[in-house]
Amino acid sequence: MGVMSKEQSQLLSKIATGNGHGEDSPYFDGWKAYDENPYHPTNNPHGVIQMGLAENQLTADLVEEWVMSNPEASICTPEGVTDFKAIANFQDYHGLPEFRKGVAKFMAKSRGNRVKFEAERIVMSGGATGAHEVTTFCLADPGDAFLVPTPYYPGFDRDLRWRTGVQLVPVTCESSNNFKLTKQALEDAYDKARQDNIRVKGLLITNPSNPLGTILDRATLRTIVKFINDKRIHLVCDEIYAATVFSHPGFISIAEILEEETDMECDRDLVHIVYSLSKDMGFPGFRVGIIYSYNDKVVQCARKMSSFGLVSSQTQHLLASMLNDDEFVGRFLAESAKRLGERYRVFTKGLGQVGIKCLPSNAGLFLWMDLRRLLKKATFEAEMELWQVIIHEVKINVSPGASFHCSEPGWFRVCYANMDDEAVKVSLQRIHTFVLKNKDVVVPDKKRCWQDSLRLSLIKNRRFDDIIMSPHSPIPHSPLVNATN
Amino acid sequence: MGHQRLLSKIATNDKHGENSPYFDGWKAYDRNPFHPTNNPQGVIQMGLAENQLCFDLIEEWIRNNSKASICTPEGVHLFRDIANFQDYHGLPQFRKGVANFMSKARGGRVKYDPERILMSGGATGANELIMFCLADPADAFMVPTPYYPAFVRDLGWRTGVQLVPVHCDSSNNFKITREALEEAYREAKQNNINVKGLIITNPSNPLGTTLDKETLKSLVRFINEKNIHLVCDEIYAATVFTTPRFVSISEVMLEMECKKELIHIIYSLSKDMGLPGFRVGIVYSYNDDVVSCGRKMSSFGLVSSQTQHFLASLLSDEDFIDRYLEISKRRLAKRHSFFTKGLETVNITCLPSNSGLFCWMNLRRLLKEKTFEGEMKLWRVIINEVKLNVSPGSSFNCSEPGWFRVCFANMDDETVEVALKRIRAFVGRETNNGKRVELKRWKSINTNKLRLSFNSRRFDENVMSPHSPMPHSPLVRAT
Repeated sequence: MGVMSKEQSQLLSKIATGNGHGEDSPYFDGWKAYDENPYHPTNNPHGVIQMGLAENQLTADLVEEWVMSNPEASICTPEGVTDFKAIANFQDYHGLPEFRKGVAKFMAKSRGNRVKFEAERIVMSGGATGAHEVTTFCLADPGDAFLVPTPYYPGFDRDLRWRTGVQLVPVTCESSNNFKLTKQALEDAYDKARQDNIRVKGLLITNPSNPLGTILDRATLRTIVKFINDKRIHLVCDEIYAATVFSHPGFISIAEILEEETDMECDRDLVHIVYSLSKDMGFPGFRVGIIYSYNDKVVQCARKMSSFGLVSSQTQHLLASMLNDDEFVGRFLAESAKRLGERYRVFTKGLGQVGIKCLPSNAGLFLWMDLRRLLKKATFEAEMELWQVIIHEVKINVSPGASFHCSEPGWFRVCYANMDDEAVKVSLQRIHTFVLKNKDVVVPDKKRCWQDSLRLSLIKNRRFDDIIMSPHSPIPHSPLVNATN
Repeated sequence: MGHQRLLSKIATNDKHGENSPYFDGWKAYDRNPFHPTNNPQGVIQMGLAENQLCFDLIEEWIRNNSKASICTPEGVHLFRDIANFQDYHGLPQFRKGVANFMSKARGGRVKYDPERILMSGGATGANELIMFCLADPADAFMVPTPYYPAFVRDLGWRTGVQLVPVHCDSSNNFKITREALEEAYREAKQNNINVKGLIITNPSNPLGTTLDKETLKSLVRFINEKNIHLVCDEIYAATVFTTPRFVSISEVMLEMECKKELIHIIYSLSKDMGLPGFRVGIVYSYNDDVVSCGRKMSSFGLVSSQTQHFLASLLSDEDFIDRYLEISKRRLAKRHSFFTKGLETVNITCLPSNSGLFCWMNLRRLLKEKTFEGEMKLWRVIINEVKLNVSPGSSFNCSEPGWFRVCFANMDDETVEVALKRIRAFVGRETNNGKRVELKRWKSINTNKLRLSFNSRRFDENVMSPHSPMPHSPLVRAT
């Protein structure tokens, strides 16, 4: 797609002609390299390995086994087709009651049943993408702002801002304290917004964090709750990675804070949770976005808005069965955490062997890799250079910290749950090879010299074109990274 | 701080449209839904434009095509790939299948390019998406009356786009005239409203008529001259059951000079295939930039990959589709004929129609006062006395009182009979010797039963939107 002519651009809306879709970010350049040369264990063993995609492919076998044992869950099996008509015709924006019940139960179970969720507050949306947009439409007017701690998921720029006209104000978190969210940082960001005459309507946190893979501790959650109540702004908690927590410390949901921290004043009308099955269950294709608000009016409004992105009744029906199967859900959650934990250990160990550290984490589908010592200079330009090397030399698509609005250069998010064990081995081998080959470069002091082979022309931000997928949309014909037997 | 300021303006205005009296009939239905055996005196739902006539065909196909599902032994090997597939381009086979189906529903007279097929959250999402692409807040789209009530929400709620009505009336069977277009456009201009386009529904909801080629050409000329967009909601394309045959905007484009970049089609499988639950909304634009932008926006409402996969199979089965379209057409024609003839026995006429899932019933002669108040009064009686949920013309922004949309494809034959019986009883008394009844003017009898408050009640949580029956309400069918 070329640059639009002036006449063309006046023909369309401002939203259409701007770049609020966020796809011009260099975040997407790595995708192109992957798409042009995707790794395949037998067909293309030297291709680019996709590690920029936060997908959970570790538990597909469990789901497949369940599906085979529960044919009536589908309206397209001989056992289930008698439900076809009623389900295909069902477009009620309340959703199938059993579906909502199943989601509420799943959410509770993935929080160790420490809290309960009311099925009546479960509102559907078009994936978490749609959930964030709907929530923003309900809470903020064009020009209003949401505070967002950095580093954060690049898709927020589109989901919260593009069609809503809402802005994002970053709350800077730094590596000096492991990117903890501090009261000071919140206050600073809020004050600055006020000085700039920006009306702050809320704070958006992602817990567990993408890209950090860490969870918020109780003290931080309390600080946050106190902050939003003092300022009388909304708190939106994206808990999309809730069930990816694989080791201590345990996950603490905002729901638990509301229930347990009764010494704190908290206006529940300010608290909302965004959820999805895309990460916890590995079903991004099913577009199951959930909004759970403690504010009745938001529930009502979001429900009306859900007409723009309801979950397919066919999918609701399948998931209603699956999520109400308590035995399966219990087993799934336990096994999923176990496998994620194993994968984390294997990968961090492998990286550790060549001196690459990651932010200590216990959740998510990725690691926040510290490659600051590999930077020529502590600049974002240098980060981009390093990134191009990783893509083109090491042949791994990872995501540079800049695309997550990280305030410090040198951090990279690398996803490890979207591939099989073999591919993990290959990627670790490549990283080992790269680091060892360039071990002159990996020096703790400031003097570095790049060898000719590493000197690359800095690649300017290329304009996103149709071939490149959004961060969560692989090209249909690209083979998924898994070994075939 | 009260709730008012806590939420957004969008959240606290009523452009979601659910305060319209359109929804009051639903409440009556929900409280007392008809069931042939359990509740034969209940309210029959005739306010819902659903197509339930051909499920048997699809169910049969499902039984013979187990690979189409990712949940069968034959299909489960694809489960993980499909569950993981979130590419906003959509499954190529799905897009191809939709393009193919759209073409077949137009008798193969036009071809559609799968690369231009965009997904959205039902037609609801599609209509909103196209507005986000084409218009800024406060811009306007012209829309001929009477029109689908939810356009207020779909086109304007979150987009900030306004609707400018183009008045059509019964004097010429609600045709869209050049004069009406010019007048609406002129008035908008005078009021400093920036008109960005015209949206038409063809076949029409609620009229059930299709636009003739001349009218379509005149619309294209109009939008070309004004350099504004033309959005054609062709969601009822395959419900055309008799002549004149359907003429799509795509066909007209082949026959005349026009700026393709101004033309966009909205489609869905909710009406033609009776699958509203699957949320298959489609935007098809002849404008490359709109395709590109629209595709990015589709992230907010993609079709479930499970559903895409199933439909890719179904829609690629050429023989099945040919047979389906043929049989669907026949059954709709039969139902339409049966219903309209039944109405005629009591001198109730409908606008002559050839498509859609409803009739546009003319009850003007039953109005005590030829006003919208009179229409509302009559409507309350129809709901509460005759026990039919039909939709009053005013909810479609009709400029003349007395018209009602009554849906006939969401029920079985027996229920249609019951509905007709009730209408016949209401309109007149049958004499013993079966003499043709004389049309009685409706007299307002001031009994308690009939005195109703009819201020627009605030929509509350229990009432469904127009396309959302309560989960526990039985669908209207004989068991």
